[in-house]
Amino acid sequence: MPKRNNNDMVISVVKSIKDKYDTSELEMIDMEKIEQTEPYNSTLPEKSLSIIKADDFSFYYGSKAGVKNISMEIYPFMVTAIIGPSGCGKSTFLRSINRINDLIPNIHVEGKLFVNNQDIYSRQINLVNLRQQVGMVFQKPNPFPKSIFDNVAYGPRLQGIKKRSVLQQTVEESLQSAALWDEVKDDLKKSALALSGGQQQRLCIARALSTRPKVLLMDEPCSALDPIATSKIEDLIETLKNDYTIVIVTHNMQQAARVSEMAAFFCLGELIEYDLTTKIFSNPSNKQTEDYVTGRFG
Amino acid sequence: MKQDKIIQIALTIVALSAISSLVLITVFVFKEGLPIILRVGAKDFFLSGDWYPGEGKFGIMNMIIGSLAVTAGAIIIGAVFGLGCAVVLTQFAPRQLVVILKPAIEVLAGIPSVVYGFIGVVVLVPLVREYLGGPGLSILTSSIVLGIMVLPTITSISVDVIQAVPKSYRDGAIALGATRWQTTHMVILKAAKSGILAAFILGMGRAIGETMAVIMVAGNALELPHSILDPVRTLTSNIALEMGYAAGEHRQALFATGVTLFVIIMILNTIALTISRRSAGKAAKK
Ligand SMILES: Nc1ncnc2c1ncn2[C@@H]1O[C@H](COP(=O)(O)OP(=O)(O)OP(=O)(O)O)[C@@H](O)[C@H]1O
Ligand SMILES: [Mg+2]
Repeated sequence: MPKRNNNDMVISVVKSIKDKYDTSELEMIDMEKIEQTEPYNSTLPEKSLSIIKADDFSFYYGSKAGVKNISMEIYPFMVTAIIGPSGCGKSTFLRSINRINDLIPNIHVEGKLFVNNQDIYSRQINLVNLRQQVGMVFQKPNPFPKSIFDNVAYGPRLQGIKKRSVLQQTVEESLQSAALWDEVKDDLKKSALALSGGQQQRLCIARALSTRPKVLLMDEPCSALDPIATSKIEDLIETLKNDYTIVIVTHNMQQAARVSEMAAFFCLGELIEYDLTTKIFSNPSNKQTEDYVTGRFG
Repeated sequence: MKQDKIIQIALTIVALSAISSLVLITVFVFKEGLPIILRVGAKDFFLSGDWYPGEGKFGIMNMIIGSLAVTAGAIIIGAVFGLGCAVVLTQFAPRQLVVILKPAIEVLAGIPSVVYGFIGVVVLVPLVREYLGGPGLSILTSSIVLGIMVLPTITSISVDVIQAVPKSYRDGAIALGATRWQTTHMVILKAAKSGILAAFILGMGRAIGETMAVIMVAGNALELPHSILDPVRTLTSNIALEMGYAAGEHRQALFATGVTLFVIIMILNTIALTISRRSAGKAAKK
């Protein structure tokens, strides 16, 4: 059974970022869009602090559940780690948030998943908008076989931006945010495939940032990287959370402990425990969680 | 150990004999064909349209033009439909449809060319004659027939090439908000570009070498065509039509026609190989 998170502790963390939240709230919650999805809105509390909210959400591959009955809220400007043994549905849940799992035939969902107070599995949802709001970084760096510039400019170009100066600025800003600008600024025309693995991954982060998303999903972003490249990405995550909400799947417990504020432990498709990372790692409420984080399990 | 050695020697002999028969054919064709080109003069041979073997005039220009025109038409039709099929099969069609369509297209490759020619004569020629004019036996008709014949080649190679594009490219594009079509033409087809080009060139090689179906629908006239509704004779048709009764210089001139064809196909294949090697090299670097 999913263990209810300790609300007081969460609220205290949320309070600590409250200033930030207050100033950006208006921009984050698009009132018009809420009205469009009115019927779904009624299930939400008056004012939700979360940016992502799963409400008894299940995802099925055919008849097999990838995740089931997930209820959790993910808070803005924090890093939320999703941990758990292999095959427990971490990727499934993550990939539900930008609906990239839609590419798989015969899938269906139950329950609700909200991003920015919008029910993203409702019919009105515009998938292109959703995916530009919710960026994704994959396990294996997957730059396109194009130049560095064209990789980062791809997102803005999809939005119809053609003006060279605008593209140039977006590319520079995104590369700077991804801490890659200094390394590549002199040869943006170089093929992205000529970069090192760590640089490629930061390029993919820059590419995801180019559409100015609110949320960044990362599925084991460091598992293909060496320790130095990994620590660079971790540092980057640390800075990015000032501007973005990050959800990261990782198999590396130390990494989860280092980078995240909140941690969710999944097992066999269910959410077992969701709490402050410090609590999950020092004093979990659930025996299964404890076994997992101490390495006695899976 | 000993057995290995024997097998190795046996296989080497087999391989060598395959290669040597290829070499022998090449040498033979060139030996038979080249002297006449030299005697007539390359200019008169390639750049004259007067083919009167009885009078010792061997100009194959009209046939070169015929072959190129028919092939170009075929490749345009084959490329548009073949690539279209490949894109639909790999990107848009539901799985059930792919299971039916892909084998169906591959079966097209197994139909003997005389059947294509026959259908062309019976169905296409009257249609063209009636609705577009001319004798019906024409560049257009041959292009359509050949286009359908090269469709399976182009489709199946393109499908393979497109499927070889890493899935992660598609995921990356979709995750940035690209629609399926944007993903297809901005990422997938770009990544598969050189392989698709190689498919077109292999299709072209097949079209230019095709004989039977073309003889049946091209009309085989020796004049220079002025429109796509005019009949033409291709290099291959010329050889097949006249081989039976040619002797002496005439026979040599037919071999020279073969040499020309041989060189054109070699060039096309080399281009195809270079392109696909280059793209394979790129893929390996990833
Ligand atoms: N495309 C798919 N089709 C059918 N079942 C799938 C598919 N992808 C995942 N699953 C199943 O859903 C379950 C959850 O998989 P998921 O990939 O989300 O696990 P995970 O926690 O990310 O594992 P890992 O840590 O190994 O990446 C697994 O049992 C898996 O077999
Ligand atoms: Mg996974």
